[in-house]
Amino acid sequence: MLAKRIIPCLDVTAGRVVKGVSFVELRDAGDPVEIARRYNEQGADELTFLDITASSDDRGIIFRIIEQVASQVFIPLTVGGGVREVGDVRNLLNAGADKVSINTSAVLNPQLVADATARYGSQCIVVAIDAKQTVPGRWEVFTHGGRNATGLDAVAWAKKMQDLGAGEILLTSMDRDGQKIGFDLALTRAITDALDIPVIASGGVGNLQHLVDGVKKGGADAVLAASIFHFGEYTVLQAKQFMAAQGIEVRL
Amino acid sequence: MVDVAVIDYGMGNLRSVEQALRKVAPDAEIKVTDDADTIAHAGRVVFPGQGAMPDCMRELDARGLRDVVLSAAGNKPFLGICIGLQMLFERSAEGGVAGLGILHGKVERFASNMHDAQGNKLKVPHMGWNQVHHVQHPLWEGIEQDARFYFVHSYYVQPQDASLVQATSKYPQSFVCAVAKNNLFAVQFHPEKSHTAGLKLLQNFVQWNP
Repeated sequence: MLAKRIIPCLDVTAGRVVKGVSFVELRDAGDPVEIARRYNEQGADELTFLDITASSDDRGIIFRIIEQVASQVFIPLTVGGGVREVGDVRNLLNAGADKVSINTSAVLNPQLVADATARYGSQCIVVAIDAKQTVPGRWEVFTHGGRNATGLDAVAWAKKMQDLGAGEILLTSMDRDGQKIGFDLALTRAITDALDIPVIASGGVGNLQHLVDGVKKGGADAVLAASIFHFGEYTVLQAKQFMAAQGIEVRL
Repeated sequence: MVDVAVIDYGMGNLRSVEQALRKVAPDAEIKVTDDADTIAHAGRVVFPGQGAMPDCMRELDARGLRDVVLSAAGNKPFLGICIGLQMLFERSAEGGVAGLGILHGKVERFASNMHDAQGNKLKVPHMGWNQVHHVQHPLWEGIEQDARFYFVHSYYVQPQDASLVQATSKYPQSFVCAVAKNNLFAVQFHPEKSHTAGLKLLQNFVQWNP
């Protein structure tokens, strides 16, 4: 049967992998190409790179990183951050990305999701949603790296993105990001139950049980984590073995 | 004459396929091309595909590549990948479009509202690493039985002739994920993104002499 995917996430700025807490307080985690190679060897199912560079001057760096990774690592690569138009999607795919993740621009211009999927296919368009709980059972979509509230309901927004052709949703709980207290399982469950396309749970993983909970309780099709892998607490292989021992289908 | 021509008809990104072929055949001349003459004279041909099948068929014809694909599929080592497998059949439920009709059979969509044994919803597209159960064929040489390959698709092929089937996978029902006929081999998954097992299959392809 289909395996649940484990996806290490590399937040990249100025050519380095960094990791923050609730989207701020960045800490250096190393060279992206070297880290990508390591996760590939450990059995990562995919890799996600988020270009969190604020200034447009450094945009070229992510292309060079993706080119280098793509020539050495033969698993799916997703790249996101700063995607504003169909041309950006094309450039990232040409650099070696297999999927492109769209976040803020999907809110500012939902037609971009429709245009990009019509041109390149749903299989390569991921819509990233950063959501924050407003009241229990309700979550709001934020943009610009979590700075701007949109007033959009996360569940309704995810459905709209599916209808426009998105092939997958990368769902991040802003409340949990970097907190290491586990995924927002209610949020994950609400989105995955509402959709027919795969959902990647993100934000909050602090131990391996959290990954298991994301799949079993949250219903996620894939789980994404950063800190637990970057700083050597666990390898991807350890994560998979732990999940397999709890009856989750994984690729070992 | 190029050793391996990767047919480019403007649908999606072929760089992954090219990079993976370079990795397994560093000395071969590999060319991503939309030139019918180059394809006609290539030693072997890879026929990939991404996106929706109606667009793929339209773009293939817009570039005048139908004839050269038909002839390559009949006379030299030929590897179809993903939509490049589906296009070999007669008809697809995706847009109700006709395929190349090289193989008898059709392309159907996974049902919505599928569930696994635990009652969890199975999403479409079928995306991720699934086990591939194969029969004997030179392209499976050195690849473990039930090895996992990376899939991303919402449609699957239903060949009329069961003897063409080279591998199946399960989601949750068994479906065909590889077929072969003489010099032609085609897979639903993406070998170029399937790590060791995928690279091995590509290496077997570039060394295959049917």
